Amino acid sequence: MQAILNPWPWYVGGPLIAMIMFLLLFLGKRFGMSSNLRTMCTMCGAGKHASFFDFDWKQNSWNLVFVAGTILGGFLGAHYLSTDAAIDLAPSVIADLQQKGFASAGSAYVPTELFATSALADIGSLSMLVIGGFMVGFGARYAGGCTSGHAISGLSNLQAPSLVAVIGFFLGGLIMIHICFPLIFGQ
Amino acid sequence: MKNLSFLLLGILFGIIMFKSEAASWFRIYEMFQFKSFHMFGIMGSALGLGISGLYLIRQFDIKSFGGKSINIPDKDKGVARYIFGGLIFGLGWALSGVCPGPIFTLVGAGYLPIFVVLLSALLGTYVYGLMRDKLPH
Repeated sequence: MQAILNPWPWYVGGPLIAMIMFLLLFLGKRFGMSSNLRTMCTMCGAGKHASFFDFDWKQNSWNLVFVAGTILGGFLGAHYLSTDAAIDLAPSVIADLQQKGFASAGSAYVPTELFATSALADIGSLSMLVIGGFMVGFGARYAGGCTSGHAISGLSNLQAPSLVAVIGFFLGGLIMIHICFPLIFGQ
Repeated sequence: MKNLSFLLLGILFGIIMFKSEAASWFRIYEMFQFKSFHMFGIMGSALGLGISGLYLIRQFDIKSFGGKSINIPDKDKGVARYIFGGLIFGLGWALSGVCPGPIFTLVGAGYLPIFVVLLSALLGTYVYGLMRDKLPH
């Protein structure tokens, strides 16, 4: 039991993600999380404004059920399957983040500076969440998939477009962390 | 019955995302700093198993539970959309520390500000839909 309550090592998490992908394939579906965002736009009536959203969303209802499960799983993981969820980060990363103003580094699951309710009153934190979220949604649909659809499913299927997309994901991330962050947070 | 399978798989996925710490902003930051093997191990092992499993499925023509052949359709051709879309996604991933799976995981975990990320991601998807015909693909 303690092994479940402790953080799961990579060699447990990674293979389980592959298992999810295979079980979905055996159920006749494809693993992809970001397409749910498109489905949700369609459900809200976006099909009236752009043909991209004009499709029968019910064909993707299985994925919305999967999403409902993911939300429930996040709840169970956080509230029933974890004793201490603080991330055991590399010491140099803790020092680096604390210098950038993330005092919660090393003692929390996600930065309280961004994800505690009080962060909603901070214009800097709010901007990070809004701009980051917007780019995740826009970029995932532009690239035709996110980490699940391209980095796991697409690359497993040896798709060259997925390789280009994943290189893009990492290049974008490296630019943000190594060029933009020093500009935003100093040093 | 089938919906129950999707619900259970989703629950398992949410637990995996939370417990493997793939839904942690800190782990994503650490990954882009190359200071820990953790995230690379998660994606690398998932990918290794994914590639070999799909190879075996093809090699032995293993059927789905419904008795059909398993194939993932090829991704659309094009280069620009994958480069530009990928870059934009990566910038947002590092800034918010979440990709779509973890967004839903953190909604369940109960971090209120993640709703801001979710709504912004929906808006981003919507704006892409509006601009689609004007973007290089």
